[in-house]
Amino acid sequence: MMPGNPIDIMVDRKVPAEKRAEMAHELGYDRPMHEQYLSWAKDIVFEQDFGNSVRYKVPVWGLMMDRIPRSLMLCGWALFIEMLIALPIGLLCAIKKNSLFDRFTVNFTLILTAMPSFWLGALLIIIFAVKLKWFPISGYQSMKYFVLPVFALMASTLAGTLRLTRSEVLEVLNEKYVTTAYAKGLPDRTVKVKHVLRNALIMVSVQVFMSVPWLISGAVVTETIFGIPGMGNLLLNSIVVQDFPVVQAVLLLIAILTVVFNLISDIVIATLDPRIRIELSGGDK
Amino acid sequence: MKEELLKLEHLSIDYKVKGGYLSAVHDVNLSVNKGEIFAVVGESGCGKSTVAHSIMALLPGGNEHIEGKILFNGQDLRTLSKKDMEKIRGRHIGMIFQNPLDSLNPVYKTGSQVQEGILLDGIGKAEAWQKVIELYKDVKMPDAEERAHSFPHEMSGGMRQRVMIAMMLARNPALLIADEPTTALDVTIEAQILEIIKDLKKTYNTAIMLITHNFGLVAEVADRIAVMYAGEVIEYGDVFEIFHNAKHPYTRLLMKALPRKTQKEGRLQTIDGSVPRILDKKPGCRFANRCPYAMERCSLETPEETFAAETHMYRCFLAGQAGREA
Repeated sequence: MMPGNPIDIMVDRKVPAEKRAEMAHELGYDRPMHEQYLSWAKDIVFEQDFGNSVRYKVPVWGLMMDRIPRSLMLCGWALFIEMLIALPIGLLCAIKKNSLFDRFTVNFTLILTAMPSFWLGALLIIIFAVKLKWFPISGYQSMKYFVLPVFALMASTLAGTLRLTRSEVLEVLNEKYVTTAYAKGLPDRTVKVKHVLRNALIMVSVQVFMSVPWLISGAVVTETIFGIPGMGNLLLNSIVVQDFPVVQAVLLLIAILTVVFNLISDIVIATLDPRIRIELSGGDK
Repeated sequence: MKEELLKLEHLSIDYKVKGGYLSAVHDVNLSVNKGEIFAVVGESGCGKSTVAHSIMALLPGGNEHIEGKILFNGQDLRTLSKKDMEKIRGRHIGMIFQNPLDSLNPVYKTGSQVQEGILLDGIGKAEAWQKVIELYKDVKMPDAEERAHSFPHEMSGGMRQRVMIAMMLARNPALLIADEPTTALDVTIEAQILEIIKDLKKTYNTAIMLITHNFGLVAEVADRIAVMYAGEVIEYGDVFEIFHNAKHPYTRLLMKALPRKTQKEGRLQTIDGSVPRILDKKPGCRFANRCPYAMERCSLETPEETFAAETHMYRCFLAGQAGREA
């Protein structure tokens, strides 16, 4: 529940109270809470109607349709680049455990995680956009605009994934089947990739898919800083001006994505680990 | 004289630990001939597995310090590069591990894991798969064709050990190191696995280095044995020699500790104490503190290798006289 009254946003303060009550009645804001909720849910389920934005006076769905692709692009790239960096570097850190490279990487990523993303975002803008002028400050016209936001967004989850990869690889390296693989005469690289990384990947992919909702909420801040009109940006602005229908719709979408990615992560583990497949199918054959 | 396949010369392995070195293996000399079963016997922690893993250059940790030579077909394996060692493993020397339950990768079909090794020899995939099924039949795997498609968790311990044997025989190595291959299995399966190993020795003429703490098993299958204690080979020779005429008190006590049908006493005989951790190398017999026949000399001088016969070596001052009458 949010404090405030949407009518205040829609009309000027000078509008008389009777007129306001009439408007509230027309829009259904004077009905009991559960009725309002039921009618909102009914509209979504049966008519795919998320209501109208109080501020923009247009259907919420239309507002979201414009912004979803930009947010997905931001989060998708962040996830992809994160994997691209975390997996090989995590593997390398584990292999060269306690080396200078390992210690530097682990500590550096820790620092990245500790930085709040709005601060890191601002820092990136100052260094790479203002001083070095390598990338534009804000906008969303081409890929070039996405480099800094993707990096800022990814930084928070990168360290977790990298450290998890490292510790998982270390654990798998101690497994007997790795010794077996060597005893067979397999070359070092084959053992590391086919046997070690493959098994470490099981836990890592669970973590990555579970971190997607995190990433989406992280995007709220990042999008705002870099001026990308995505879902996060929309959510933040709508909260500020108390645009109830939009806030509700965006939160609903985030909730749905959370559930969907949980499901996906379950499916991914099952494909990666045959032992879990048996559990899911309820037994052998 | 039989042809020597593997020869360890003055092999010593120390592990770096806090405050010095832990002597895991000390001055081990032994040789395995082509096509024979050579058993290494001793209690837990006496360095058997360390010797086995050092031959394959698969010691875990990387904090070990190795001295001496590991000669395989006359070539010192310790001088080989990592790449060359990869070519020896599996192709020339195979190794079966103690616990079959976690020696197989849980995410691949057992058949593919066996096939993986065969493919290294440049054989086509389909042909390699055929070979896998043949090998499964060789190790008496029930339903060989179907089982090749099973994942490790769908198999019993005995089946997984069969997979391991098939995997390590796949490239027909001259030497197979079996590190306590039946310790984790029950007695009936143990008997079956031993049968398989004996059969395979005949068909493939593979030399087998069998590492075990089970003297009974040794008597059944081995041609020659080495008894290890606290990192040293304390007695070594022909299996009949050792069983009939053991010279070292430790060997004799070990044999007395075997459960026998004829023994009327309710309790099994044991050796008091446990294998010591040797942190500093000082002269003296390593068994002295547990030996019932220890003399003053035993803790001052190291007993040298003494030969009772050409094929029978021991390290003891008493020359088998101790406890004769007992």
